[in-house]
Amino acid sequence: MAEIAWREALNQALAEEMERDANVFLMGEEVARYDGAYKVSQGLLARFGSARVVDAPISELGFAGLGVGAAMVGLRPVIEMMTWNFAILAMDQIVNNAAKVRQMSGGQLRCPIVFRGPNGAGGRLAAQHSQALEANYAHFPGLKVVAPSTPADAKGLLKASIRDDNPVIFLEAELLYGVKGEVAAGEHLLPLGKADLKRRGPDCTLITWSRAYHAVEEAAARLEAEGIRVDLLDLRTLKPLDEQSILASVQRTNRAVVVEEGWSFCGVGAQVVDLIQSQAFDFLDAPVGRVTGLDVNRSYAAVLERAAEVNADRVVAAVKKAMYREEG
Amino acid sequence: MARTYPKDQVLRMYRSMYLIRRFEERCAQAYGQGKINGFCHLYIGQEAVAAGVTEALHPTDYILSAYRDHGYALTRGADPGMVLAELFGRATGYSKGKGGSMHIYDIEHHVLGGYGIVGGQIPLAAGTAFASRYRNEDRITVCYFGEAAANQGSFHETLNMAGKWKLPVIFLCENNRYGMGTAMDRVSAVPEVHRRAVAYKIRGEPVDGRDILQVYEAVKDCAAHCRAGKGPVLLEANTYRYRGHSMSDAATYRSKEEVEAERKADPIPKLRAWALGGKVAGEADFDGIEAEVKATVDAAVRFADASPEPAVEEVWTDHLVEPGERDVPPRERVHGVKVEWPSHPSGQELRVTWELEPHTRVDEGEPTPGLRRRA
Repeated sequence: MAEIAWREALNQALAEEMERDANVFLMGEEVARYDGAYKVSQGLLARFGSARVVDAPISELGFAGLGVGAAMVGLRPVIEMMTWNFAILAMDQIVNNAAKVRQMSGGQLRCPIVFRGPNGAGGRLAAQHSQALEANYAHFPGLKVVAPSTPADAKGLLKASIRDDNPVIFLEAELLYGVKGEVAAGEHLLPLGKADLKRRGPDCTLITWSRAYHAVEEAAARLEAEGIRVDLLDLRTLKPLDEQSILASVQRTNRAVVVEEGWSFCGVGAQVVDLIQSQAFDFLDAPVGRVTGLDVNRSYAAVLERAAEVNADRVVAAVKKAMYREEG
Repeated sequence: MARTYPKDQVLRMYRSMYLIRRFEERCAQAYGQGKINGFCHLYIGQEAVAAGVTEALHPTDYILSAYRDHGYALTRGADPGMVLAELFGRATGYSKGKGGSMHIYDIEHHVLGGYGIVGGQIPLAAGTAFASRYRNEDRITVCYFGEAAANQGSFHETLNMAGKWKLPVIFLCENNRYGMGTAMDRVSAVPEVHRRAVAYKIRGEPVDGRDILQVYEAVKDCAAHCRAGKGPVLLEANTYRYRGHSMSDAATYRSKEEVEAERKADPIPKLRAWALGGKVAGEADFDGIEAEVKATVDAAVRFADASPEPAVEEVWTDHLVEPGERDVPPRERVHGVKVEWPSHPSGQELRVTWELEPHTRVDEGEPTPGLRRRA
């Protein structure tokens, strides 16, 4: 076991998978000579060479599509999007090609590609640079969507995503790259589609993913100090959704709050709420709560950004509301 | 046309064009009968391009195209019955009926699809060409697209990367003068697409797409250029479609006189006349081909007509790959034949020696402590 930062965990995952399988290559802006905009790919160019760690021009649509074409003929590209905000330019290649070539070809082709990069707010970056966009990709059949929260989960899931023969949207977070956590030594793989119960408690189920997990964990610790013990379910994969784990937890606790960084309207949390109300209705003692980023474009001013964010206070309040307890 | 061609080659090229022509005419008929629905974009008039390109390529070269895609697959050896069954939405189609007219895939013959978003296939071609270089293969990619697609961002982004990285791809622009109903010169600052090559410092040239021998010679030369590692080529084949953009296009944007004039340059009788005049082949040879093609297309129609629709449970399949799942080649699935399916060195066998960017790090010391984030 070692305590390493998120970016180091990703770096290890990339290096290990590239070492293991020469079909794996990394392409994106600044990934090679700059060592990565967030230093995730540090050292990889020197180790694997310029055909396997490729600095792309600022052409998201172009290099996303290049990756899809390479995957269609059996390479295993990892396409880095400097942020998922910029990947909007590549949407056509991701959703109209990567997500659909298997179906359009009637199963003759597969597309073993990973699109990865930071999702969500970066801190004081304003509207165009702060978007949490998982719902957009989760919406389309033919894609898997992965959103880890800890370095260990990031490493295990990135390795598994690279080995998966489907197109995977791998969502990181700029504000997580420096966060440290314990990561097991040796080969560390995690299955896609399996949530992780990071806390066990009978009083309420908290469901979350990605960076919001850390605010939820802080809330859970505060609640525990007040005698409220929660199941904390970190989804880790958004698509396919681990429905079994969600329902099993709610059946134990009878209350649920879904917490996500992104906007409320049509967020992935809405899908989770729908699952719970439709399949665990008789187990619920309260309406399912949601804590989300406010449905506004993100402002630069610190006070406005703070107001729009998810934080531990809001999560604590939501749990107490679900338990019909007064805040205080 | 001073070069000489062996008789069997000339007849093969004739058959290739003639097969497309008869097949497409039957598609028009079938559409009218309600057997083909949705969009159907016919290649009639453009046959010399598909057939001439295929004649110049290796069977293992990749091709990608837009949605006017029935003909390319036929020239590469696709089973006509299975292509038609795909258009009829039957289970015996190449894509089990799931793709239809715009998405003809025959991976056995390295036909990597028709695509419905204009220009959407262009970046894919950079990817397949990248893979060829990555694996150090003697294989090129031909990316077909219409002239109007050359105004999409995907075109510009792709040609830049392909040019810079010297990717082995022939960007084959079929200029049939109209993007649906809009003449190219109404919406383009530089309507002659091949002239745009200079912006990416790549080779660009036109060819008469109504003359199969000229197409064949041009593509042979371009393919050699690509295989020699000299980079991509933008080859603009000037051609014409005799029918509308699709089955639902009344084509009021072109005059009847223009269409009639273009029909006089029909590549199929042109090749026949050339071969007869040069005594390369005789009337009986061509009559024989035409009879065989008619029988082939008739058989394709009977096969497609008799084929079942997919089982409704198939609505759930072919979206995600399950672990251990094998991709079943279509001709194996439909006709039970063992086919040679594309295979590549494993990730443990492959040695990548390509230096995409020859210089190593500019500074060998500590990385510059730069910006943590990029605006």
